[in-house]
Amino acid sequence: MSNKLIGLAEAAAMVPDGATISFGGFTTQRHPMAFIHELIRLRRRNLYLFGHSPGGDWDILIGAGCVKRVELAYEADEAFNTIGSRWRLAVERGQIEWEDYSNFAMVSRFTAGAMGIPFMPIRSLLGSDVLTKEVLTPEQRLADPRTASKKLEVMNSPFNTGEKVVLVPAIHTEFAVIHVQKASLNGVVRIEGQSFADVQQALCADTVIVTAEEIVDEDQLREEPERNLLPYFAVKHVCHVPYGSHPYAVFRYYDYDPRQLKIYHDGSDDDATFQQYLDKYVYGVKNHAEYLQVIGGEERLSGLKADPVYGYSPNLKRRRLD
Amino acid sequence: MAEYSYTLTELMAVTAARQIKNGEVVFAGTGLPMLGAMLAQRTHAPDCCIIFEAGTMASRLAHLPMSVGDPRVMRGAATAAGLSEVFTYVLQAGRVDVGFLSGAQIDRYGNINSTSIGADHRHPKVRFPGSGGSGDIACLAQRTAIIALHEKRRFPAKIDYLTSPGWLEGGDSRHEAGLTRGGPHVVVTTKAVMKFKPVSHEMYLESYHPGLTAQQVSDDTGFPLDTQDAIETPIPSQEELRILRDVVDPDRIFLK
Repeated sequence: MSNKLIGLAEAAAMVPDGATISFGGFTTQRHPMAFIHELIRLRRRNLYLFGHSPGGDWDILIGAGCVKRVELAYEADEAFNTIGSRWRLAVERGQIEWEDYSNFAMVSRFTAGAMGIPFMPIRSLLGSDVLTKEVLTPEQRLADPRTASKKLEVMNSPFNTGEKVVLVPAIHTEFAVIHVQKASLNGVVRIEGQSFADVQQALCADTVIVTAEEIVDEDQLREEPERNLLPYFAVKHVCHVPYGSHPYAVFRYYDYDPRQLKIYHDGSDDDATFQQYLDKYVYGVKNHAEYLQVIGGEERLSGLKADPVYGYSPNLKRRRLD
Repeated sequence: MAEYSYTLTELMAVTAARQIKNGEVVFAGTGLPMLGAMLAQRTHAPDCCIIFEAGTMASRLAHLPMSVGDPRVMRGAATAAGLSEVFTYVLQAGRVDVGFLSGAQIDRYGNINSTSIGADHRHPKVRFPGSGGSGDIACLAQRTAIIALHEKRRFPAKIDYLTSPGWLEGGDSRHEAGLTRGGPHVVVTTKAVMKFKPVSHEMYLESYHPGLTAQQVSDDTGFPLDTQDAIETPIPSQEELRILRDVVDPDRIFLK
């Protein structure tokens, strides 16, 4: 049995400037935040991000100046902040390149990549400006072969010419990083709750890095193989990172942290206060363990612990925090 | 005038809930649609199936989620999977009866912008989060219900970016674009309820909220609105309000 366990800093250091990468999770849950903070501390630049509905994981990376180009459907923390402020500002100031799709289109693109086929037909997007308006120019696309040569293509079904479908291009990334509940040393992965598009994202990447709340015995995961959706041989590295998604939730482990999200969102639309956030919670700490102390340590984290029946914290204060 | 009080948010949540029929498959997003779906499940539509695009089907929500990726959507769910399963096998295959949508701009045919403001989409003045699953729901659900703040600038004659297709340019244009089903059925706003005419698919005023007039709603809309058959919006019942306040949102996450 191979042991794929490595340290978080070592794993993050493998991602070079300019890499294409996708992160697991969805708006407020299971983003690999500890890994993302490492990338920011490493001052990575010119990353190409691919995602469906990321949230603060992308927002803080964009704000820290790590990102050159994104292809996405949505970026916000939903009811916690209905638009990611650093994403909004980066677009409005012309500091980022992007292309708009929908969630279904992006997931279909990951799926095509995971299946080893060049595109996927879908029935969505017809009639919309997402279909007809491109943001990236043909020159921008041609300059980097890691971006698809065109945004999409409409075709009539070859089997019934009255039926229109939209072909969306496969995604292939150099890295995928997903944060999960449980993993074994050799990369058997257990995702609990909603799986989002983590499996497809992992399977269209060259190098898959898994950060896990718990490292568990492989035999234990093999008792229920139907719950382990990602082939272990597709996983390159495993990192043990408890509370690795904070301030976002991990089903059955801990809830999102409304206090920390409020601190982030209250300050993220202002350059100076956003910089203060980075200085305090990212640059000002050496590693994830120190970050967990700075946000309030055991006292804060114990209040987020998931109830074993619900899988979240049913009495968590989410609006009036004082 | 009712002898009990209710807020505008409560009126909208109840109106949204009444769009859901018992047994229907409902695609719900964050905020008012979740309030409406939870209320419907506890009143007239106990067998409605609430689906969240992040991967759960048939949730029996115990606590209001703050996102469709909230661990709370797992409560009582019959199935947990991912986005691909929900979008491919459920939405694209035509198994969603009603989907809820919202956006920053809505035009007279129920086309929605949730992408950006500005004449040049490459250099927008204001950026929004983007489509998310809204464009997909707009294309592929059997019908959609739109929830919106009612301001003139949010209901312009022309939207800056068409993220989620409604009836496009009216008439048969939606079908001609290749969308073989669906389309907006109702728009519930902070001022009114609007529907779409059968052939032209132009928005008309179905009802104005208590305290307002049809003319006031029309004045706050950026395109001509047929108001001739408009009535007053039916108010929430005391039982609906009790369930909304005591069961659905006791912590006042979304209720005001």
